[in-house]
Amino acid sequence: MKVHEYQAKALLRELGVPVPNGEVASSPADAKVVAARIGGKVVVKAQVHAGGRGKAGGIKPADGATEAEAAARQILGMRLRTPQTPPEGLEVRSVLVEEASAIERELYVSITLDRARSAHVVMASQAGGMDIEEVAARTPEKILREWAHPALGLADFQARRLAFGLGLAGDQFKQGVGLLKSLFALYLAKDCSLAEINPLVVTGDGRVLALDAKLTFDDNALSRHAELVALRDVREEDPLDVEASKYGLNYIKLDGTVGCMVNGAGLAMATMDIIKLAGGEPANFLDVGGGASPEQIENAFRILSSDPSVKAVFINVFGGILRVDRLAEGVIAAVTKLGLKLPIVLRAEGTNVELGKRMLAESGLALVMADDMGDGARKVVALAKGAK
Amino acid sequence: MSVLVSQATRVVVQGITGREGAFHAARCKEYGTTVVGGVTPGKGGTTHEGFPVWNTVTEAVEAEAADCALIFVPSFAAADAIMESATAGVPLVVCITEGIPVADMVRVKHYLAEKPTRLVGPNCPGVITPGAAKVGIMPGHIHTPGPVGVVSRSGTLTYEVVGQLTSRGIGQSSCVGIGGDPVNGTSFVDVLSLFADDPATEAIMLIGEIGGTAEEDAAAFIQSRVKKPVVAFVCGQTAPPGRRMGHAGAIIAGGKGTAAEKMAALAKAGATLVRSPADMGATVAKVLGK
Repeated sequence: MKVHEYQAKALLRELGVPVPNGEVASSPADAKVVAARIGGKVVVKAQVHAGGRGKAGGIKPADGATEAEAAARQILGMRLRTPQTPPEGLEVRSVLVEEASAIERELYVSITLDRARSAHVVMASQAGGMDIEEVAARTPEKILREWAHPALGLADFQARRLAFGLGLAGDQFKQGVGLLKSLFALYLAKDCSLAEINPLVVTGDGRVLALDAKLTFDDNALSRHAELVALRDVREEDPLDVEASKYGLNYIKLDGTVGCMVNGAGLAMATMDIIKLAGGEPANFLDVGGGASPEQIENAFRILSSDPSVKAVFINVFGGILRVDRLAEGVIAAVTKLGLKLPIVLRAEGTNVELGKRMLAESGLALVMADDMGDGARKVVALAKGAK
Repeated sequence: MSVLVSQATRVVVQGITGREGAFHAARCKEYGTTVVGGVTPGKGGTTHEGFPVWNTVTEAVEAEAADCALIFVPSFAAADAIMESATAGVPLVVCITEGIPVADMVRVKHYLAEKPTRLVGPNCPGVITPGAAKVGIMPGHIHTPGPVGVVSRSGTLTYEVVGQLTSRGIGQSSCVGIGGDPVNGTSFVDVLSLFADDPATEAIMLIGEIGGTAEEDAAAFIQSRVKKPVVAFVCGQTAPPGRRMGHAGAIIAGGKGTAAEKMAALAKAGATLVRSPADMGATVAKVLGK
């Protein structure tokens, strides 16, 4: 789960990581009030779940409250398009108004899982403010890494090694060590999958501050963090993804014309792959899981067919646990209620498969049976193309 | 011969009084697996659908010499269940549970490093040695004994390849689901090593997916250690970057972990690559000369 920068910074502040003085505003008038309270030069920053905001015109400096109001008026309501947003962009609904910092140095710090080592890794670099993936690709030696002990966490000496590596000295060194320890504590306490500060800055008056902050949280741990669930902003997510998550379905919208309904993540990915190999394009990833109820199937079918680019649907299920008769019940209910005319190709193996196939055959749906995955993919791609 | 589980395996089911635990304990027993009973804290001394229930795994080990734990405990408590079995001295722990927080698994991994216990999973279908023992949730009837070792990060895709093999009259020595999480117990390399040394296994089918570097590690091991033919399929060739495709571990992050990279590494190591998931069984048949 992602959160906005202002929400991430509130968590950082709460857990002892210094951030610039600032507040969120959802109207130009509010932005003016916040800027007046801060006083002097401020920065007005678009709050959307994506990076690259500066280049896209989503971050503007302002000298005083009146300028801040004008900047907020420009940014609020715009559709921000960056390499990290969907092609149509994300609407800006709030801005963060923050004190402008006199930046002396820009550094980088992040914490994430190192899958190869099954350990949390803290990364730091003097190349702050840049795309860290590019730094990692071009000059990997500029990135320092410390792997935290799974039980003991980030040791003091490791935090010191990173702070020295960042070129911090004197009082800033102390601030840096404290910041790294606090950030690691936050990462663990909140079950983050990523905590990234880019840039971490040293200001003209000698402070070490998180100028930007990105926190993402482990979806599997949200059940123990009601305080984080409360921060979720579903307006930033694809509406169909949000709808699917209500029913415990794994749905991801893609750009093609062949809708897919599959049980199991691996088979669902493989189904997308085989559609492509058959000359088509998948319209979605959808894993209905092994124990889907007729209601879940009905909702799944409704969601995937509500995408107007879907021209044909491939149902591909293989499992001893998933009952094909229950699947059939859900599909028939969805198609009947919605009055859908989409052609459906069914490939099913599993419990009560004969009963399920009979139910579907007798339901009057535009149904084509497939012998196996390859056969099903060829048939559904032909139907999707014929429908154009 | 086979790997990990056999007719001698004595299984204790953690979370046996839950819906999933009870259902699958019965299915495993039907298949012929020796299921000695289950553990649910607070329900010790009772029986559940014919299975004795203990409060702790240690009691199950003492009473029935259980040497394999099958875990259906909910995700928030599953990491603890794994550590309990390891501490009770259970040599093989198979964790089916999906959705365990990553930080919990990091701690489990560290905890297990000092113990002889092998963990399979989590977020996996389990392990089956066809005709001998089923320790997991896979449909038993699609399997048949034979020469192909199957190892996979995906459950239903494993059933798919097993179905393709069985329909061609090609059986399996053992099938091991290593799970779809970013931090798991047994790796591809571990299972490849077992299959390489297993006289019953003549060929290996490996099913990978996007995310992480487990397939690249497998490729390096295949090149240096595996003399038997390996057929490989990697799903997610069409997956968009930056999205988690159902499995917590199935994500292309920072341009890394793509199917193309993994397929290239496996091909370079001498594995026979399958492009289409419909051709897995036929390709294995070909490398076996059938």
